Amino acid sequence: MLDLTYESPKPKLISGATGEWELVIGMEVHAQVSTKAKLFSGASTQFGAEPNSNVSFIDAGMPGMLPVINEGCVAQAVRTGLGLKAAINLHSAFDRKNYFYPDLPQGYQISQLYHPIVGEGEVLVELGDGKARLVRIERIHLEQDAGKSIHDMDPSLSFVDLNRTGVALMEIISRPDIRGPEEAAAYVLKLRQIMRYLGTCDGNMQNGNLRADVNVSVCRPGDYERYMESQDFSHLGTRCEIKNMNSMRFIQQAIEYEARRQIALLEDGKSVTQETRLFDAEKGETRSMRSKEEAHDYRYFPDPDLLPLEIEQAWVDDIEASLPELPDAKKARFIADYGLSDYDASVLTAEHESAAYFEEVAAASDGKLAANWVLNELFGRLKRDGDKAITESPMTPAQLGGIIGLIVKGDISGKIAKDLFEIVYTEGGDPSVIVEERGMRQVTDTGAIEAAVDEVIAANPAQVEKARANPKLAGWFVGQVMKATGGKANPKAVNEIVSAKLGL
Amino acid sequence: MTEFRTIAAARDALRKGDVSATELAEEYIARVEGADALNAFVHKTPEIAREQAAAADARLKAGDAPSLCGIPLGIKDLFCTKGVPSQAASKILTDFRPEYESTVTTKLFADGAVMLGKLNMDEFAMGSSNETSTYGDAVNPWRRGNDETKLTPGGSSGGSASAVSADLCLGATGTDTGGSIRQPAAFTGITGLKPTYGRVSRFGIIAFASSLDQAGPMARDVRDCAIMLSAMAGHDAKDSTSADLAVPDFEAMLDGDIKGKVIGIPREYRMDGMPEEIEALWAEGRKMMEAAGATLRDISLPHTKYALPTYYVIAPAEASSNLARYDGVRFGRRAQLAQGDGITEMYEKTRAEGFGDEVQRRVMIGTYVLSAGFYDAYYNRARKVRTLIKRDFEQAFADGVDAILTPATPSAAFGLGEMAEADPVQMYLNDVFTVTVNLAGLPGIAVPTGQSAQGLPLGLQLIGKPWEEGELLNAAYALEREAGFVEKPAKWW
Repeated sequence: MLDLTYESPKPKLISGATGEWELVIGMEVHAQVSTKAKLFSGASTQFGAEPNSNVSFIDAGMPGMLPVINEGCVAQAVRTGLGLKAAINLHSAFDRKNYFYPDLPQGYQISQLYHPIVGEGEVLVELGDGKARLVRIERIHLEQDAGKSIHDMDPSLSFVDLNRTGVALMEIISRPDIRGPEEAAAYVLKLRQIMRYLGTCDGNMQNGNLRADVNVSVCRPGDYERYMESQDFSHLGTRCEIKNMNSMRFIQQAIEYEARRQIALLEDGKSVTQETRLFDAEKGETRSMRSKEEAHDYRYFPDPDLLPLEIEQAWVDDIEASLPELPDAKKARFIADYGLSDYDASVLTAEHESAAYFEEVAAASDGKLAANWVLNELFGRLKRDGDKAITESPMTPAQLGGIIGLIVKGDISGKIAKDLFEIVYTEGGDPSVIVEERGMRQVTDTGAIEAAVDEVIAANPAQVEKARANPKLAGWFVGQVMKATGGKANPKAVNEIVSAKLGL
Repeated sequence: MTEFRTIAAARDALRKGDVSATELAEEYIARVEGADALNAFVHKTPEIAREQAAAADARLKAGDAPSLCGIPLGIKDLFCTKGVPSQAASKILTDFRPEYESTVTTKLFADGAVMLGKLNMDEFAMGSSNETSTYGDAVNPWRRGNDETKLTPGGSSGGSASAVSADLCLGATGTDTGGSIRQPAAFTGITGLKPTYGRVSRFGIIAFASSLDQAGPMARDVRDCAIMLSAMAGHDAKDSTSADLAVPDFEAMLDGDIKGKVIGIPREYRMDGMPEEIEALWAEGRKMMEAAGATLRDISLPHTKYALPTYYVIAPAEASSNLARYDGVRFGRRAQLAQGDGITEMYEKTRAEGFGDEVQRRVMIGTYVLSAGFYDAYYNRARKVRTLIKRDFEQAFADGVDAILTPATPSAAFGLGEMAEADPVQMYLNDVFTVTVNLAGLPGIAVPTGQSAQGLPLGLQLIGKPWEEGELLNAAYALEREAGFVEKPAKWW
């Protein structure tokens, strides 16, 4: 791929009473694996089904039921690992994480503590202005999601929905390489983008299929560099983990709040206690959920119902061969091949569907024009049309490419093209046919334009005098001619002829 | 009706038309009805038996009759049977009727077997005397001569052993986590086989310790075990630990020819304080194997002495996790809650009331050995020792041993209640000869070969190579023929 060079950004600095502080952030992102069936049962993963309708006997933890790994979920985890340039572990294993909760029917979650399926990888998180952070991935493991407890339907009873129980999650654990709230959000967005390219996670945060735990600590300038050199965590501050956030905004708010809370403690001569905290979105603050001492003892041990997961290198190679072009490579190529700006390339590659749409349009016309029309006209039109996704666009790339092609050929002017765009968008049809049928073709016949110019000059002698005195007023004639020709006259030709006739 | 001693005999009579499956079913339904004193059957299913017998008769008539077609069996309560109470003999599963069928019972029924009912057992298969059952003790049909003291049929498959021994059914399913098929078989004078781990699907069997649990047949003799195993075994996509191996016709492999086979005699199984009669039984067994043409060889399985402690770390650890699902939330028995009780109280009360003492003890031991700070010292170390125990056997087999002969139990059946005041470890010692086999995942079979001074049956154990149940059964068949054990308990119930 074409490498783009980026500069590492400075960490976010917070000024305290005793000097400057830096943030150190590591994240655990839980991404729901995009598959039809759950990790260890054949039950459906469809979102929004009737409560407790997507539940097999296995998910419900019925006596005598046994888990059987869903190969599709394993393939998706491998695919994700490859997309994050990570090491794939041909040997991995499942462990039980034991705790009691009504939405955890087995009394344990099957996870991969000791031997995860994916090892170390990396993600390039672009932050604009040629800056990007390279965040190291420590590991990705597969695990079961829990169900949902509902406590607000009845004053004295709680309800449980097991539809989500047993759905496959990938837990993507980063190193503490993220240095500010915006970087944290950008990191999650980048993971989401890559996984959507790969088709391994829908990344729909509202539906909870992407959630993040954030580990936040603060340190003095220089400490982080000492940590990076030695990988010795003692150079860093004590961290707190903020659990289960499903919005970019909350992630940033929580980090910001938490960093300031920790700084206040430290500057007060107190210390930060390692603990798990929850973000209260209403109050915009984090509060303690449980301390390290109160932390659950999950009694992890290898799940005896499952054999170690052994996969073949050849299978991994097949998956690798089927990977699509990923965002970084695509963006670099768009810049190189189509001459797009970094910004335009970023926007067009944000979703692989937009990128694919753009490339089809560009193939039928011109790269730069295609980018402008997709970014400005089409995106704007889709937004006005009930915020439609590009996949729902009523206009096909071939149609938009056709419109742009007509501009390039000089058959229509930019202004007519906009009218044509609206017609094709709302009514459909082949742009070139519409242009012919509705007489929208641009007039490049200089004879016809000359006649029109003559007419306007003859009818407006006073304006002719003024224009001769002040050539800037020639534009008035151009406008009149365009009006007279219904906008179909080639503006360039009109300009030239008006200038010539007026003797400018 | 003609008395059928074995499944094989009944099968032949059924196929010849000498008896119908329905007649056989009625006979055994009546026997079960008349044997409440043994407390072997805890849920009787005569209606199901009659339906299955009628279907079996149709198949017999059509000439499409597998070996078990029309054979009346008892099913251990640990197996989930659709629509029929399946409680693992625990109060916590009161009224639990699964909506699914275990793979083993599915296979047995597909072969035309007839289910007479569910059999008593120790709660969640935890016990060696059937005294931890919520249904009360199952009773051994054998007595010490004229002494009317009620004896244990062993455990955990005590109901299965009692029922087969008393001719209440022709065969029964058992499960064996540390000896739960072989010890009760030995205590009741019947034959019981624990197959290689992974030979029989665990799907639908209520889990005790997943890495050790294995279902197997309990029947009158080796041939019947072979017949039942062929029906029960086989790969099951629903159990990830089940082996994708072909299932041979085990019965066809029985010729009793073990000439030239090497039988290992492990010196570590000669325990201090082992009763004289067990020592003598073992010596007799060695002679029998020699008489059948085998060569004896003294072998060493050096890590044997660690087997029991290893087992009592691993099994409770897995059990503590496997039994977490019995929480009163979705099925089984939920404790009556007081005003203001929350989820924690619901868990605590439900589990305190629903689990018996032995189950609670093992859940606590298991929780302890897995907890932070103790995991390495207990669970992880036990896993390592388990590997060494397995290696002992692998070495013996690699050195040319074909099977290993040991006592099945350290004593004859003891009296119900006799161990009530004893340290639980005394009870755990019942498994001393059998747990190694589970830890190593090997097949093992208990064969009755003699009687104690008080006239109680005693058995020996043969341990085979993994996946070589055919060879093992054949060695057991040779031993059985030499021993010629045909005694049955005198009917008193």
